[in-house]
Amino acid sequence: MSGVTSSDQQILLKHGAGGRAMRRLIEEAFLRAFETEPALRPGVIGVSAMDDGGAVRIGDRWLVLTTDSHVIQPPFFPGGDIGRLAISGTVNDLAMMGATDVLGLTCAVVMEEGFSRADLQTILASMRQACHEASASVIAGDTKVMGKGEIDGIVINTSGIGLTSRLIRDCGLRPGDRLIVTGTIGDHGMAVMARRHGLDLESDLQSDVAPLNALIAAALDAAPDAVTAMKDPTRGGLAGSLHEMASKSGVGVLLDNALLPVRDAVRGVSELVGIDPLHVANEGKAVIGVRGEEAAATVLAALRAHPLGREAALVGLCTDDHAGMVVLDTGYGRRLVAEPEGELLPRIC
Amino acid sequence: MCLGVPGQVVEVEELTAVVDFWGVRRRVRLELVDEPVQVGDYVLNHVGFAIRRIPPEDVAMTLEMYERLLKEANDDLMAADVRGEMDAGDDH
Amino acid sequence: MTTKPMEFRDPVRARALAETLTRMTDQIGREVSVMHVCGSHEQAIAKFGLRAAFPVRLNVIMGPGCPVCITDLPEIDEAIALAQQPHVRIATYGDMVRVPGTVGSLADAQARGAKIETVYSVAQAVELARTTTDEIVFFATGFETTAVATAAVLIAGVPKNFTVLSAHKYIPPVMEIVSEMPETRVEGFLAAGHAATITGSAIFEPFVERHQKPVVVAGFEPLDILVALAKLVELIRDRTPAVVNMFPRCVTREGNRNAQRQLWRVFRPIGGRWRGIAHIPNGNLRLTDEWAHVDARKRFAIDVAALWHHAPSTLVRQCICGDIMAGIKAPSDCALFGQACVPEQPVGACMVSSEGTCRIWHEYGGIPNLRGVSCPA
Repeated sequence: MSGVTSSDQQILLKHGAGGRAMRRLIEEAFLRAFETEPALRPGVIGVSAMDDGGAVRIGDRWLVLTTDSHVIQPPFFPGGDIGRLAISGTVNDLAMMGATDVLGLTCAVVMEEGFSRADLQTILASMRQACHEASASVIAGDTKVMGKGEIDGIVINTSGIGLTSRLIRDCGLRPGDRLIVTGTIGDHGMAVMARRHGLDLESDLQSDVAPLNALIAAALDAAPDAVTAMKDPTRGGLAGSLHEMASKSGVGVLLDNALLPVRDAVRGVSELVGIDPLHVANEGKAVIGVRGEEAAATVLAALRAHPLGREAALVGLCTDDHAGMVVLDTGYGRRLVAEPEGELLPRIC
Repeated sequence: MCLGVPGQVVEVEELTAVVDFWGVRRRVRLELVDEPVQVGDYVLNHVGFAIRRIPPEDVAMTLEMYERLLKEANDDLMAADVRGEMDAGDDH
Repeated sequence: MTTKPMEFRDPVRARALAETLTRMTDQIGREVSVMHVCGSHEQAIAKFGLRAAFPVRLNVIMGPGCPVCITDLPEIDEAIALAQQPHVRIATYGDMVRVPGTVGSLADAQARGAKIETVYSVAQAVELARTTTDEIVFFATGFETTAVATAAVLIAGVPKNFTVLSAHKYIPPVMEIVSEMPETRVEGFLAAGHAATITGSAIFEPFVERHQKPVVVAGFEPLDILVALAKLVELIRDRTPAVVNMFPRCVTREGNRNAQRQLWRVFRPIGGRWRGIAHIPNGNLRLTDEWAHVDARKRFAIDVAALWHHAPSTLVRQCICGDIMAGIKAPSDCALFGQACVPEQPVGACMVSSEGTCRIWHEYGGIPNLRGVSCPA
């Protein structure tokens, strides 16, 4: 079947996986359609930047906006549910651009006929709780129902707007910048993976899904101007985010395996199932680039002082070698961390 | 479908055992091991079956084996170096 | 808490072993090629970045150690043909689903309506059979380490609607085949520790006797691999071919007799083609007559002729998986590697399976040895 692939004519699952295939689809189809004259104006950061959100300059500040659709299956997972995920995901995208103050959120829900009213109630309660943690509110919404079998359970789209005077991109890294992760990696993806039917794994693994804007604000306040790039490593994991940041910034990345914070149970699932924690989604973590050793120490201390950042760790640095490549020092030698094809596990975000 | 991973037995029923791998537990089947398995034993697990009981004393033995090989090899190499030097000395 | 494996990952000991390995290789004074025949070995080597620690003059080549990669096209065609029959579902390990057959893969058939289920274990496939009236055919792939699990579930008893389409492979013959290839420069072999846990290390003695090349049984942690290579290079240096077991915590000379009994009660070895390589005598495992009642090939009429009217495309003709699996070429020698052939659009089997050489190399960036890439200290 080689040569003629169905992806030429059809959208396949891989196109939503967050990796190479999705990137190509966005470049070939979506960017072409959406890069219109207003978007190319100065003072507008649009879809071609493929950053965590778009931004529009207003006076001396930036209005940041972002949108996300959540299709996670099953909607309830250890440590959270689709509601918490929907709020956290959008709040975190805003925070990654520096907009830690959320002006407002929207929430559009599409449900399948027969969806449980009690489940909806639980999901809405989670959203409320997450909004409270993020000091944010849903100020507009939409509700639709489709017939049984026409959609799977529930799909939630959230958008958010925030304002910031310090816009942080994911392309601002320079050689020498330190790289910090705000906590353990691979928790969300592995927690969902471990529950997959047939694996028969029992663990205490929980998703890390949480809104990070307060944590990020603490880091930015501790060392304003020293934070040069940020990203939240969702689909594709830390590997995916670092790859993007490295290529957009034109730097290489060197990671030290011994410094990566990984829970034992995540390591356990990883060994059993053969999936690398570096490639697995996180929903309550950020990777932060900091300029200068001293500033990095300051940011690290500020993160660790916050309940969501207790396990923050300095994991690597940027180099002027091998631009666009991510290298891992394993302790025995070095190897490349390849750009992930995309989230290895379907319906995980 | 994955590699053989060693884990520690925390529970044994007739034909199955619960095995702990770094804090994650999984029930594995015991039809294939060649000796009885007890709580505390380490087993090698492959596609849901334990395929070998790893005697705990073997772990220490293996590490000793590595040390011995290292020492022998280095003695060997040192001896070869010394011989080399002596031969070079003999030439003049 | 399983802390024991960490002792086999100690970087200090690893460095010492790597240095010993280098000095021994230098003593031989020329390039040395050795082969391992296990996808899990290649994964461990790639994941731990071990090639950067190996001596420059030591080539550690991956041979045909990926059971999915060597599953031949007709075997996949059989599974596809079965999956297209009404009320029949194929259950198989995830790796198998995207390997191309003569005309497309199981995944392609699935997109056209065939019923394919991915399972993590053969036991899961049996459970599936208990929940449905459909026929469940387990497309069984993997070497003997995995075949014993298939044997065990059959012996334990399966529901009437469960059958096995066996594409299991048997690894011991492969060393002979590689050694008989004229282009080979392999001077010694690392044997897969997990397979040897079942078969025992004695099984390699006839090969060593005949071909006078050493075989060292190796485990999968970094220290296991380094120490096994050191032993192998020592045996090559001293010209003392032997079978040496460097994985004694899991492997004995006789192996796991209980597992072997079950394996040979259910399976018999027959000759068969390993995809892209050659006819391997005793390389395939098929169900014995005692198990004809659970043999999918006996229960169903499998018509693959309809699939064979298509000629291979030009891309397939450029695929060199066979040479890569035989250890004669490397993925980087293939014009398609990383370009026309990538995991999401594989041309050859080696790019599909998690144990395939090309897939492993690609997962680690396509550069197996970063020594040439300069990095800050």
